[in-house]
Amino acid sequence: MSDSKYSVRHILIGVWTAAVLIFVFLPSATILLASMTSSRYFTFPITKFGFDWWSKTVNSFEVKQLAITSLTIAATVTVIAVVLGFFGALAFARYDWRGRKLYQKFILLPIFFPQSVLGLALLLWFNALGFNLSWKTAVLAHLVWIAPVVTLVMAIQVYSFDPSLEEAANDLGATRWQTFREVTLPVLMPGVFSGSLFAFLLSWGNFPLSLFTAGSDNTLPKYLYAKMVAGYTPGVPVLGTISTAAAAVVLFGGYAAMLILTRNRKAGI
Amino acid sequence: MSALNSFFAQPGRRAAMPILVLLLLGFVAPLIAVVGFSFMPPRTFGLFHEPSLENYEKIFSDNTYVSLLWSLGLASATVVLLALICYPVAYGLVRVFGRWSTVLTLLFTIPLVVSENIRLYGWVLFFIKGGVLPGTLKTLFGAEMGDFLFTPAAVLFGMVYVYLPFMLFPMTLGIAMVPNQMREAATDLGASRWQVFREVELPLSTPGLMIGSLLTFVLAIGAIAEAKVLGGQRIIPITHDIEIAFTYAQNWPLGAALAVLLMLVVSVLVLAVLRRFDLDQILGKR
Repeated sequence: MSDSKYSVRHILIGVWTAAVLIFVFLPSATILLASMTSSRYFTFPITKFGFDWWSKTVNSFEVKQLAITSLTIAATVTVIAVVLGFFGALAFARYDWRGRKLYQKFILLPIFFPQSVLGLALLLWFNALGFNLSWKTAVLAHLVWIAPVVTLVMAIQVYSFDPSLEEAANDLGATRWQTFREVTLPVLMPGVFSGSLFAFLLSWGNFPLSLFTAGSDNTLPKYLYAKMVAGYTPGVPVLGTISTAAAAVVLFGGYAAMLILTRNRKAGI
Repeated sequence: MSALNSFFAQPGRRAAMPILVLLLLGFVAPLIAVVGFSFMPPRTFGLFHEPSLENYEKIFSDNTYVSLLWSLGLASATVVLLALICYPVAYGLVRVFGRWSTVLTLLFTIPLVVSENIRLYGWVLFFIKGGVLPGTLKTLFGAEMGDFLFTPAAVLFGMVYVYLPFMLFPMTLGIAMVPNQMREAATDLGASRWQVFREVELPLSTPGLMIGSLLTFVLAIGAIAEAKVLGGQRIIPITHDIEIAFTYAQNWPLGAALAVLLMLVVSVLVLAVLRRFDLDQILGKR
């Protein structure tokens, strides 16, 4: 294999990846541009730059309410999904029990399922049960999809967990609770961390499930959808930009925090 | 009681219980309710009427199944296009970019957590008259651009865009499963690059490729925002029909019957593909 051929192929792959990355972020860039115009309608090239719509949107009471609802849903989902996912992942990857293979596939089914149909099925189901639709039913709906995702994310961590650590703690006289708190939990912490990061962000950005199950409570994606169907307002790009930037910050911040955590632990602090 | 105790003696069963209860109540039960509703007479809201096949007859006599075909076609095209687009990127993430891979992976993850309608709306502003692309073409070349928005091609474009990470990440996982020694051995034995790809790389990364394709297909067939935001409702996918039946038309049994058709397609595919894989092997590689 000649070296020049090798590098040409790598350059091609690099160029292609860069192109795909641009493709992925082009709409976000467009939205950022559109949010910075001070005219009522978006035309490109922008003639009048300005941030009027930013202050208008950020200061609006309605938007604060939306953010609070979205945050409440995402936080509740995260807490419950992490607890369910933690034990679910132990059952998925750590313990050997009859029915495990079947269980593993069953957990995957909600992930491999069209979300809009799941949302409508839940709408019908909640109605049949006589539940009033609100952010609480949206939490349930999000959980059906997000708890399995968290289980998978954590299972990957559990696979690399050495069960003999637990046995050693046991032999040294630790109670079951002590073993759990001092051995199992710390070792699986990175999984818990990335699991909760995913749970929060997926719930924060979810649209199809919220659309059908949140009733009259509005989340940010739901509100934005209603606005963009109704006609153009520059508030939509502003909120879109905020929502994208927030997700990026949480994701990169979370990753940095995890790097620091694992480094500290390896250093024995 | 002792039977129950011995059932729960295996710690795996105890640990699995909470999420199993959630999925039984929040996934299995609703789907059973949907199936039940699909056999109720049209425009009824309870589950206790005389069962009938009226809804299914209506679907096939009214050509409603055409929207199912649209959804199937668009989803298949999305899968094929994404497989071609993502393979070089996934390969690069595993074999070429080294330490940059992590940052690139994070960058590709961001869109996953931004709601799809926001991102699709970005494309609307990009393509719309006076938007970024037509505006640029006009200022630079004085050229007018034909309409791309609100065509079937725009819907496909949007679906390829939205579901890209769902193909990319499983594919990366799959390619990472191919041991480096295997490729080197094949090269040492005189295989050409194309042969290495066809005989070693591709077959060994199949699990990732299959799971990515399945995930993309299933999610794409449930796509609802793409046709509305980018398609301007020129194409009516099956999800749109279902939504209308549930909301404006207030005909839950018809919506349920359509949903059952979609669920049948999805579950046959998912079960057929999933049963071939050992998840311990795919997820548990060290």
